[in-house]
Amino acid sequence: MDWLTTVDHKKIGILYLIAGFLFFIIGGLEALVIRYQLMVPMNDVVSGQLFNELITMHGTTMIFLAAMPMLFALMNAVIPLQIGARDVAFPFLNSLGFWTFFFGGVLLNLSWFANAVPDAGWTSYVPLASTTYSDGHGVDYYVIGLQIAGIGTLLGGINFMATIINMRAPGLTFMRLPMFTWTIFITSVLIVFAFPVLTVGLVALMFDRLFHANFFESANGGNTVLWEHIFWVFGHPEVYILILPAFGIISEVVSTFSRKRLFGYSSMVFATMLIAFLGFMVWAHHMFTTGLGPVANGLFSIATMLIAVPTGVKIFNWLFTLWGGSIKFNTSSMFAIGFVPTFVMGGVTGVMLASAPADYQYHDTYFVVAHFHYVIVGGLIFGIFSGLHYWWPKMFGRKLNEVLGQITFWTFFIGFHMTFLIQHFLGLLGMPRRVVSYLPGQGFDNMNLISTIGAFLMGIGTIAFIINVFVTWSKPRNAEADAWGDGRSLEWTIPSPPPEYNFKQLPLVRSYDAWWKEKMDGNKAMTPAEPVGPIHMPSPSILPFIMSVGLFIAGFGFMYNKLIVAGAGLLITFACMAIRSLFDDHGFHIEPEDQEKEVHV
Amino acid sequence: MNRWHVLKRLLPLMVGLMLILSACGREDLSTLNPQGPVAQSQYDLMKLSIGIMALVVIVVFAICIYVLIRFRRRKGDNTIPKQVEGNHTLEIIWTSVPLILLLILGVPTIQQVFNLSKDYSQDPDAIQVKVTAHQYWWEFEYPDYGITTAQDLIVPTGKKIYFQLHTADVKHSFWIPAIGGKMDTNAGITNKMYLEFDKEGVFRGKCAELCGPSHAYMDFKAKAVSEESFNNWIAAMHEPAQVAADAEIATLFTNACLSCHAIGESTADSARTGPDLTGIGGRVTVGSILYNDEAPVADNLVEWITDPQKIKAGANMPSAGDMGLTPEQVQGIADYLADYKLNY
Ligand code: HEM
Ligand SMILES: [Cu+2]
Repeated sequence: MDWLTTVDHKKIGILYLIAGFLFFIIGGLEALVIRYQLMVPMNDVVSGQLFNELITMHGTTMIFLAAMPMLFALMNAVIPLQIGARDVAFPFLNSLGFWTFFFGGVLLNLSWFANAVPDAGWTSYVPLASTTYSDGHGVDYYVIGLQIAGIGTLLGGINFMATIINMRAPGLTFMRLPMFTWTIFITSVLIVFAFPVLTVGLVALMFDRLFHANFFESANGGNTVLWEHIFWVFGHPEVYILILPAFGIISEVVSTFSRKRLFGYSSMVFATMLIAFLGFMVWAHHMFTTGLGPVANGLFSIATMLIAVPTGVKIFNWLFTLWGGSIKFNTSSMFAIGFVPTFVMGGVTGVMLASAPADYQYHDTYFVVAHFHYVIVGGLIFGIFSGLHYWWPKMFGRKLNEVLGQITFWTFFIGFHMTFLIQHFLGLLGMPRRVVSYLPGQGFDNMNLISTIGAFLMGIGTIAFIINVFVTWSKPRNAEADAWGDGRSLEWTIPSPPPEYNFKQLPLVRSYDAWWKEKMDGNKAMTPAEPVGPIHMPSPSILPFIMSVGLFIAGFGFMYNKLIVAGAGLLITFACMAIRSLFDDHGFHIEPEDQEKEVHV
Repeated sequence: MNRWHVLKRLLPLMVGLMLILSACGREDLSTLNPQGPVAQSQYDLMKLSIGIMALVVIVVFAICIYVLIRFRRRKGDNTIPKQVEGNHTLEIIWTSVPLILLLILGVPTIQQVFNLSKDYSQDPDAIQVKVTAHQYWWEFEYPDYGITTAQDLIVPTGKKIYFQLHTADVKHSFWIPAIGGKMDTNAGITNKMYLEFDKEGVFRGKCAELCGPSHAYMDFKAKAVSEESFNNWIAAMHEPAQVAADAEIATLFTNACLSCHAIGESTADSARTGPDLTGIGGRVTVGSILYNDEAPVADNLVEWITDPQKIKAGANMPSAGDMGLTPEQVQGIADYLADYKLNY
């Protein structure tokens, strides 16, 4: 019950982690079925229809329900601590954000049980995603599930923007923010600009499907290419929403485990901003073969290539952070170090794709599949694994097991390269993506086999991680506050796991890498910025949960055209909103004498 | 098992892998084995970008490996390394070097973008082809010659072929990897591009945009022939349709098949909901993926007509059972069609 009503960012972080990881496993199983089907030519484990459903659900689940939530888990767990805050700016919204994401995701996955699974790809290009060519409710699940989950993401973005602007500890100026906080801040800005675009697109598609509007119906004056523009105006920044936080994680981990401050901090900050800005300018590089004409293709080619410059700055800054350092190897740092060359490989194929005439050959082939998995698995998932091993002691008070960690790293790392490196060549040899099978003798057979073996190796790595979590669970909570001994930012100044109120007294920040500076000055703790006093806390609430259930019910109502159900669902949600606004809730205080009683997560 | 055994097992795999990669795939399919000027220009860009990117990767890997070996923490080492803030010279170098590399790649990119979008629609020397993509087959119309064919695109070598790309339903993408890059077919929009065929031969074409359950099987063939053969083919296409010798089969064929398919010069729209069957006995495949050099055409035809759904799920053609055809009748129709070849 505690967990349904909590508004504490640390607990919400854990909820995001559990839910996100669960969806990661579902998406991973879908991937394994896909790879198993493609292991040998003309395999018939799944039908063409089921295959399209699998790739659609795999892509959608991984991006929206696994990768993003696991990032939200880390940002919830870490950001308030890194900036010396007691919670996020809007704890109630934070909880609402989680529950809408969760119920949106559940709705989407219920499609498997309703026997109406979305099948138009995670991009849901029309007309394939229109009622004419995808009848049944499959794509409706996609549209409405993502719409509800998207609310959660948008709320999270707004919340973290507000938190980072307003709730920094005294002395923590913007140019003293830890890199992870910076990337989350910029990611939040991206979310706030990009997600409304998705919302609008989904509403238009929903109107087309449910009420026969004609936004995308070319026979009636609509335009199918419009959907592609809307989708990618959202979709490209989305890629950066995913990868920027990983950049932040890598920056923290690399500098902690080499005992050095981040090389070129200010250039890192500006590079991040530049990447975010350019990220909005390049959406049409997903559409080089759509027929936009040479001027558009030329401009978008060049704009896309430019992103390589700030990205390169980041890569070299990481390498020179390690240079001259004292590098400690453990699971977390190895994932971070493995990230650097892997991500470079994903980045350079990105530049190759940016050359439009060459992309006429690459587009929609396995070369692209290889490229984006290098970026999102080799970049983001490595980043998340690194971050989880790094902050696990802070979140749970226990360090993950190193031996199992090494097994996770090596199987996952080797499996990953085995799966995806070879797919570049599959694409170049002419294998299109999203194909349920392929004829024998086209030169694809052996490479597909190798790729499938690699995928199963990654599966083993994931299982090792799960075992690790349970093994660690059974151990005593003995992690120290500064669990790695080399912590640099504020989260390492408070106990692991932190008490409910995080900081008994808000710390005074005197420089960049605040905690490191105090340690170097020989201090054992941060200088407090306030006297000990009662701490104000927000009260828990079940309303966010009920509101999300309301939306979930409304979603079903709309989908199956039961407007009464839809209305009832919305009524529940609005009633909760009314209750929330009509009844004041002032929260409560933790008095100084109670603060000593360790109130753990 | 000792190490050597593992190695011995892996060795053939490695060698095999190298052979596959160095052979660069099938000549009629691989983009790494370009068979025409368009694919060649794209391949040149690919090589240029791979070269530049390999350079970048090697530099990063080298620094990475050096750092990892040189700066690993030794046991019991508790020294604090020097806290370096940054280095302007270095940062300027790794901002400007990439810019130069991008310039080297950017200039030919822009050139090729404009080059490949040239318009040959008014060129009297170019062959105009209207492509219409259907779930899950391809229709090729030659407006200048007043003929339409399906699945096998016949083109003369040495001429520009100018394509106008349409779709009859969802979005598809027209792609002949060995000859040149792809272009989408969008609902309500006409896309244009040109290709050129240097050599005679049959090249594999594919649909590259998810278009439904049988997307994977939406292949086609581009058959490049000499100019003389091409003209013979045009002439043969204009000849009156060849009717089945057996009158019963002929009637059956008309009733059961010609409501959707066309043969000869029939141009009724209703006869264009399925692929044109003129000269189908001489095509490379039946139903895109049943190769006629692997099994007799007649057998492939029987297989297809009996149950199209088994070969291409979601295909818009009824099965023999739906059309009320007995196996003997199917065989009769298949034999007739298998013999229907064009001389060119
Ligand atoms: C366990 C590791 C993974 C494996 C083995 C795997 C494998 C695959 C395969 C085989 C496809 C289908 C390719 C095609 O024919 O189009 C695919 C598509 C995709 N994957 Fe993964 N994947 C993995 C992890 C991920 C992750 C972590 C993400 C994102 C965070 C992701 C995002 C996608 C997306 C967006 C698509 C495209 C779906 C579509 O075409 O609609 N994958 N993956
Ligand atoms: Cu298609």
